[in-house]
Amino acid sequence: MWQSVRKHCHFSCVLLICLKSHMKPRKVKLVSVNTSVRLSYHNTGYNIKAAASVAWAVLLLPPSIAVFVIISRVSLLHPIQWISECVSLLTSATAIFSFILLCGVVLIVGFLNLEYYTVIPSIACSKIALLGQLLHPRQFVSSLVHCILGVIVAWCCAVTIGGRYQTLGYPCTQADGSPQLCLNEYQVILLLAGAFVGYCHSVLGVIHNMNYVSFHTVQQYKYLRFKGSLPLVVKCSAIQALYSVRNYLVVYFFLGKCSLHPLDTIAGLLDFSLLYHLWISGTFLLFTWYITLLLFRIFVTEVYSFPVQSSFTEDVHQCLPKVLTGQQPAILKFLALHDLALLSQHSPSRRSEVFSLSQPGGHPHNWNAISQECLSLLADLTQRLVAHHDTVATNGRAKSLSTGSDKKSLSSESTEDVMTPRPSVLIKTPASVFLRSSVGSPLTVPFTPDLDSPFSSPALRRLAGPVEQCSPWHGTVQSPHIMRRGPKLWSTSTGERGLQNKTEHVIPIVDPCAIWANECQMFQIMTCNCSMLISQLLPEASSQALFADTQSHIWALEGLSYLVKASFSEDQFGVVQTTLPSILSSMLVLQEAVDRHFKLPHASSKPVRSTSSMEDSSYKTLRFALRATLKTAIYRITTTFGEHLNAVQMSAEHQKRLQQFLEYKE
Amino acid sequence: MCSLALFPPPLPCGQATLCETNNELLSRSASEDCLKQESSPLSLYFPRESLKPHSRTESSSKAAFLDHCETLWMRSAAAWRDAGLTGLLNEIANSSAEVPKWLSVSSGCVLALLQRISSFHGSLFPHLTLSSEDMIAEFSQVLKWSDCAVRAFAWHPHTDKFAVALLDDSIKIYNPKSATAPTLKHRLQRSVAAVQWKPLCASALAVACQNCLLVWHVDPCSLSTRPSSGCAQVLSHPGHSPVTSIAWSPSGSFLVSASPMDTNMMVWDVAAESCVPLQRVGGGGVTFLSWSPDGSHVLASTPAALFRVWETRMWTCERWPCLKGRCQSGCWSPDGSRLLFTVQGETVIYALTFTDTPGIPSNTKGPKAAAVVADLSETTFNTPGGDIVVGGEIQSLAWDPRGERLAVLLKGDPQARDRPAMIAVFKTRTSPIFELLPCGFVQGEPGTEPRLMQFHPNFQHGALLTVCWSNGRITHVPFYFLSAGMARHGLGGSPPQPRPEERPADYINQTLYTELTT
Repeated sequence: MWQSVRKHCHFSCVLLICLKSHMKPRKVKLVSVNTSVRLSYHNTGYNIKAAASVAWAVLLLPPSIAVFVIISRVSLLHPIQWISECVSLLTSATAIFSFILLCGVVLIVGFLNLEYYTVIPSIACSKIALLGQLLHPRQFVSSLVHCILGVIVAWCCAVTIGGRYQTLGYPCTQADGSPQLCLNEYQVILLLAGAFVGYCHSVLGVIHNMNYVSFHTVQQYKYLRFKGSLPLVVKCSAIQALYSVRNYLVVYFFLGKCSLHPLDTIAGLLDFSLLYHLWISGTFLLFTWYITLLLFRIFVTEVYSFPVQSSFTEDVHQCLPKVLTGQQPAILKFLALHDLALLSQHSPSRRSEVFSLSQPGGHPHNWNAISQECLSLLADLTQRLVAHHDTVATNGRAKSLSTGSDKKSLSSESTEDVMTPRPSVLIKTPASVFLRSSVGSPLTVPFTPDLDSPFSSPALRRLAGPVEQCSPWHGTVQSPHIMRRGPKLWSTSTGERGLQNKTEHVIPIVDPCAIWANECQMFQIMTCNCSMLISQLLPEASSQALFADTQSHIWALEGLSYLVKASFSEDQFGVVQTTLPSILSSMLVLQEAVDRHFKLPHASSKPVRSTSSMEDSSYKTLRFALRATLKTAIYRITTTFGEHLNAVQMSAEHQKRLQQFLEYKE
Repeated sequence: MCSLALFPPPLPCGQATLCETNNELLSRSASEDCLKQESSPLSLYFPRESLKPHSRTESSSKAAFLDHCETLWMRSAAAWRDAGLTGLLNEIANSSAEVPKWLSVSSGCVLALLQRISSFHGSLFPHLTLSSEDMIAEFSQVLKWSDCAVRAFAWHPHTDKFAVALLDDSIKIYNPKSATAPTLKHRLQRSVAAVQWKPLCASALAVACQNCLLVWHVDPCSLSTRPSSGCAQVLSHPGHSPVTSIAWSPSGSFLVSASPMDTNMMVWDVAAESCVPLQRVGGGGVTFLSWSPDGSHVLASTPAALFRVWETRMWTCERWPCLKGRCQSGCWSPDGSRLLFTVQGETVIYALTFTDTPGIPSNTKGPKAAAVVADLSETTFNTPGGDIVVGGEIQSLAWDPRGERLAVLLKGDPQARDRPAMIAVFKTRTSPIFELLPCGFVQGEPGTEPRLMQFHPNFQHGALLTVCWSNGRITHVPFYFLSAGMARHGLGGSPPQPRPEERPADYINQTLYTELTT
């Protein structure tokens, strides 16, 4: 598969090398942290994907520059002059220099995408938390970089448009007649507009979770997906640029009072050609960045087919069961689960490998590893939901217990529906399973102290064990379900596999992370206490946060149910039969928990759909998708097995529940 | 190749088809039949007169209110909201007294230009000039959709319940095990073109409406007879209306919808209420969709002489240009390997075979050409009541879930009395070669013609064809046979047991029908 990607990259080896030099520290870090060379295979492939996306974005620059030149110099009255001017401009040295500059900009934007992306959105439960995200130093750096990049792009635009925007200074004569160089305000306004649009882009990116990368349920080839999204990108960038320019002009008008130039009056600002050029430049800027983002998303979420088993021992770590159960970056886990869901559905030959027995020994290692991993994911979600429900249910009682601490902080303004976390109980969140192993990559080092702050940026949290701010299951917690499970890795593995896991992977990185995460939580819980008193919770955000990583559970459910369905006719050795009771009961337990959750206020309210935005809001509806998938998964099993399910050993309550499904009454 | 000449002659007047057993179609006189059918809980009768269709449109209610002087701004805003750009331009052009002359003249010019463009577009794709009701009638699988009392019908894929969409835009759900028959009504539920239950789900029913898609969630345990419109999800996409066809994926994960006005075929993730448009411009729209039972392919026909077969793994498609007209109807064999389809203006059934193994995306090359498997050109039968001409164009196809009976709804000629619409049923077999064998005609009471038909998805004793008749009656015609592929296909199913109250079917003669081969 990498072959094809390499072919794409082939055009711009130089760029690749350039980008790789950016990435080298990260890769080295990954390897050293994990004390194994194992991950490098997937990660290399993964970085190549990101690099390929940037390379494509660079390749798309010349056509977009050409379109920009044509549109910016439009003059319908002199078409021949217009075209010839455009052609001569496109072949000039300035255009080539601008192109090189823009390539650099796209490279940096691509690098920022790679650095900041996340497959689990960080959902701010309150406005204060959101503000915290915006004010975080790392976010500040990102905004600053975007501002600078915006200025660079705007300069390129100014040079390309030419005319009065061409130079920063122009010769003028002072009152006493001496010649002097004056500041060309037309170019200044364009450059500042670039900075403003860049800043807006970075701020909106945080507010709208622009760094969230979602996986599409409908598989399409990269080219078709890109083609399908292109009109949306154009529309979004045009609209976004329009709003940004409007806001920018307001700001400019009020802050630019001191200058003595024609542009400090309303009439001067309302010059049609100026507005048009501002808007066109803003659109061009956003378009190149959005295209980079879009390509990054498309390349990163492309399906990757992991081998199920390998006859060579050195390749075993690349196989699906190992990738699923091992300690991996979240993106790899997601890709592996996605691949599992697809193979269980479409690929009989790979399914037969899952059902096969080990040689020698005759143990169904593949099936055991996969099913245990999926079941532990489901159990994890169930516990999370139960804990959340317990918190909400015991809200009143918990509050009366913790009034002491509340009194200290502030007089209670918010009396309703805030949960009262207790800092004394520190539990590692389930979300922390998504530790990205590149903790301590060079970029984070300067900010390490800030890890404790509640205002850590999404990317930072992604690096150091992402924990949703104010996530309801953080501090809550008298629920025995949660007390029982200590800090753990990706999976709640059961019994001997857990032990084996520990011996295999016991991992130096967990400790600092756990500490960080704990400190982080401690601080978060304390600030949440304050912030929630100040600001109310955003409605349904807690529900969204609970299900933030639910895409993995959806794939686990699909994978399990399709495999169980296929086992009816394909499983020669009956390996699935042994796990069938636990699969069914864990699904039924989860179903119960989900049903209970949807009875809570705000849980079943649908978010407003925004179609005309680059924001990927699919995380907002993940809980509905989970509910539907869960039901379908249970029906898939009951429809396949029918009355045979009565022979499965299960508790009477679950039997009864299953009977409902057999009669199609759920 | 099978033709209608091999069929047993139609029943004499006054007789209605009752069932197939012992390899022949049995009939009874219509009066007897009525009595028997009335007693069956699932046979329904919706007299045309009891259903009042919506006669007025939303905008026509304006006339009921007094004219009220609003400012131009208000009227323009309202026109923009109601009818978009053309409405706005119309409003400005019409109120020339209040706006500057140049504005009204220029908007008039733009309006004329827009009309010219749209008429040019319409001349490329003539179906775009139809009103949405006419368009649904044109492309629906139901014969004479616009004056049909039952406009859509859907069996639940797993249980014995079904949904019926009626002329008055309501949907009723009947379940023999439950006393309540919920009625679904919704503000947006207009001109229902199709309904379909979600597979692997007890409650979700998708409805193709004039302006949107509705997905109802009808709790099977609820005793309510009028579920509120809060139980319905509204799925809409700009430009995607009227919806004429929908299809759920057999795994229940996606819903695809088609509109002749929209070159996009929508793949909906219903839970998330999001859609992925799959655009192919050729053809000018999508009229009919059919998802193969194994989930690997989707048939999408267009208003032009072209249809597509999508492969659902990576959503790529093959183009199939037809020679004569558009693809009117199609159906898949149970294993998804064979597609039967008919073309408007032709009287034959074509077959396409897909031999590729599902799940290997690289190997999606299908067949190179379609083969004719049956000829349904007009054939004259001598009956005691006079000559009857059967055959001609085909309205729709239905294949029973075991792949043993194929029902073909022939359009007939509404003007001529001796050319009635008729359902011809074929027996199908796949080995050694695929062929269709004649079974017989299914007829109803005298003076009625079939409008819509569907096979029950899991009838234990053979196949059960449900037919909606022009007089508003819904009857069920069972075909009792022992499935040849039972041993292979059965997933936990028991061998069919004849119901005690039915006539004892002589299963020993199960293979007799092969003798009809010529």
